[in-house]
Amino acid sequence: MPSAENPGMPEVACKVFVPRDTTARSMGADDVAAAIAVEAARRGESVTVVRNGSRGLYWLEPMIEVASGGVRHAYGPVQGSDVPSLFDAGFLAAGEHGLGLGPTEEIPYLARQSRLTFARVGITDPLLLEDYRALGGYEGLAKAIRLSREEIVDIVTESGLRGRGGAAFPTGIKWRTVLNAEGSQKYVTCNADEGDSGTFADRMVMESDPFVVIEGMTIAGLAVGATMGYIYLRAEYPLAIRIMNEAIEIAEAAGLLGDDVMDSGQAFHLEVREAAGAYICGEETSMLESLEGKRGMIRYRPPLPAIKGLFGAPTIVNNVITLASVPIILAEGAEYYRDYGTGRSRGTLTVQLAGNIKRGGLVEIGFGRPLRELLEDFGGGTATGRPIRAVQAGGPLGAYIHPSQFDAPLDYEAFAEFGGMIGHGGLVVFDDTVDMGEQARFAMEFCAIESCGKCTPCRIGAVRGVEVIDRILSGVDESDNLLLLRDLCDTMVAGSLCALGGMAPFPVISVLDHFSEDLRARKIQ
Amino acid sequence: MWTEVRGLRDDIDYGTPPRDGEPVPVTVDGVGVTVPEGSSVMLAAAEAGCPVPKLCATDTLESFGSCRVCLVEIEGQRGYPASCTTLVAPDMVVTTQSKKLTKLRKGVMELYLSDFPESEIPGGWSEFHETLEAIGLNGHRYGEGRNHFDLRVDDSNPYFLFDPAKCIVCSRCVRACEEIQGTFALTIQARGFESKVAASQDETFMESECVSCGACVQACPSHALVEKSLFPGGYERA
Repeated sequence: MPSAENPGMPEVACKVFVPRDTTARSMGADDVAAAIAVEAARRGESVTVVRNGSRGLYWLEPMIEVASGGVRHAYGPVQGSDVPSLFDAGFLAAGEHGLGLGPTEEIPYLARQSRLTFARVGITDPLLLEDYRALGGYEGLAKAIRLSREEIVDIVTESGLRGRGGAAFPTGIKWRTVLNAEGSQKYVTCNADEGDSGTFADRMVMESDPFVVIEGMTIAGLAVGATMGYIYLRAEYPLAIRIMNEAIEIAEAAGLLGDDVMDSGQAFHLEVREAAGAYICGEETSMLESLEGKRGMIRYRPPLPAIKGLFGAPTIVNNVITLASVPIILAEGAEYYRDYGTGRSRGTLTVQLAGNIKRGGLVEIGFGRPLRELLEDFGGGTATGRPIRAVQAGGPLGAYIHPSQFDAPLDYEAFAEFGGMIGHGGLVVFDDTVDMGEQARFAMEFCAIESCGKCTPCRIGAVRGVEVIDRILSGVDESDNLLLLRDLCDTMVAGSLCALGGMAPFPVISVLDHFSEDLRARKIQ
Repeated sequence: MWTEVRGLRDDIDYGTPPRDGEPVPVTVDGVGVTVPEGSSVMLAAAEAGCPVPKLCATDTLESFGSCRVCLVEIEGQRGYPASCTTLVAPDMVVTTQSKKLTKLRKGVMELYLSDFPESEIPGGWSEFHETLEAIGLNGHRYGEGRNHFDLRVDDSNPYFLFDPAKCIVCSRCVRACEEIQGTFALTIQARGFESKVAASQDETFMESECVSCGACVQACPSHALVEKSLFPGGYERA
């Protein structure tokens, strides 16, 4: 693993790393950073507080690190009130303390990961371009500039990278379609409207390593001949918006964005657009409508956005993680990336452990490992200590996975076999107190709230779904309504215009299939 | 004129506008037919004499793909593509009638009926009713639920009125206002189940930018927008 520290240099001031990402801050990281500065001044110690990104070990946030002897040592979760005792314990020289976690890279949760896309996340100050470059940043773009467009697309195709937003469409094929499409203007758009329940990988990479997103988009622009890119960024991510905008300014000033990218003679401009605040705007065609300043309604396909996308021009629409994975593929080669993974699922998946889980956080790992390993070895079971009853994978439209399916490998095809979905990599865990009937109802309610209203199966179907489930739960014509619910799910899956209405029934069907004991009349208390 | 060459008849609604293009041969329900490139599967099916049930499509408007009644099966394609938004390809083999398609169409129409005034179902003669008849449905299993029955009728315009209870939110009126008249007076307001046709900024038709051209009335498949003169003595909802 690379290290931002340079042990050859004389130490002027001791560096303490306190994460600045949204999660760490919500856990009190700002107070901790302030307390360290105050305590250091009081004691006359020379300390530089670096605000790095998060390592993604969220149950340990705020997790601070000190660089001692070229090795980063971690402490966490730290509160402001712990700071004096940390100084007393000599934490600046990695002294022992009750919150001590040892060398950061040796924490099993982190050591067992394969951080490719997240190689720099949590290590550096996200907005220090020199740190980014020192750790391999912009090597991918430098390589891409020396290649032809076809060669770039070939490398991405050979890497086996598939869309990490959820649909898992081969990225190289999408890029080739845009490359071959006729058009004097083409666009690269980054879908950063991350809205799946329990997901935070997009936010994390944007807040902790924004240049990798910029570099990935720039490579995409070079590959297909697009001179303009847009990041459609969730409005509820104010810090990510600020950091991405600052990073774009820094990249522009350094000649890494603009009319002449890295002296290549090729132009690529980038802008952040705040998303409209609706889940449906994360659907690619709706996102394009919204980017054009219109109401976020679904467009029918074909034509694909790759042929007729933003403002009618050929457009790449990729998820943040997909684009952030491109620089390392270019820098290290297609094989390096493809060697991770299994079957048709190549490379790494950024799993987000959330919900009722003991050790929630980000786990980047090669495809193919069993789901159980993520839940038990990484996650440590539920936070409540009770047995896991269900896991929802792939966001609010993903099936609930029954414990009997926990040995399934993390692999797009293996999940599809049992009606599951890896989607954006979010895993939301529930213990045995969960009411699966309520969860089924929630799926339909979510769809009803988020429906754009264009197609009938979603617009009316989701509302009827809630009503039918309510009738079942209250014991009205239970068997007839169970049958009707199945029919409704079938109509929505087969008939909806987009994936919202088309997939909202999946969690419901999984409850009907595996947790049917919860989808029946409730005993009157 | 392409329409002469193709022999399109103006008393048939082909569902999507005619196109000019190279001839493309396709097979619909075993009937071979040749239509210009860029035509929809729906138009080809109508040409082949196997019209697909539809609600949001009409050949005076560009296809929209919202009603999901015109789903078909196409050899080599997954799922049930909407025939209005799917374009023909050479030697495409289309099936417009199957057990599964019938079930799906009934499923969709059942949803429409669950939000359509019950008293208006029997004896109606709109396109909506024709489609119901074609699909063979006259009721639904959803019981009483959320609906739009209590929305106020807008009779401000002297020539036509709008009854939101009978509106199926197909956007044909909105599109007619845009595509045929170029007035842009109508829109869909709110989203999801709350979606409703609104004139200008949710004003009455009379107060809005509507110019009373009647394109929306002609386009409406469910008589939610209907000429007042059809109801001597005024309109009363049963």
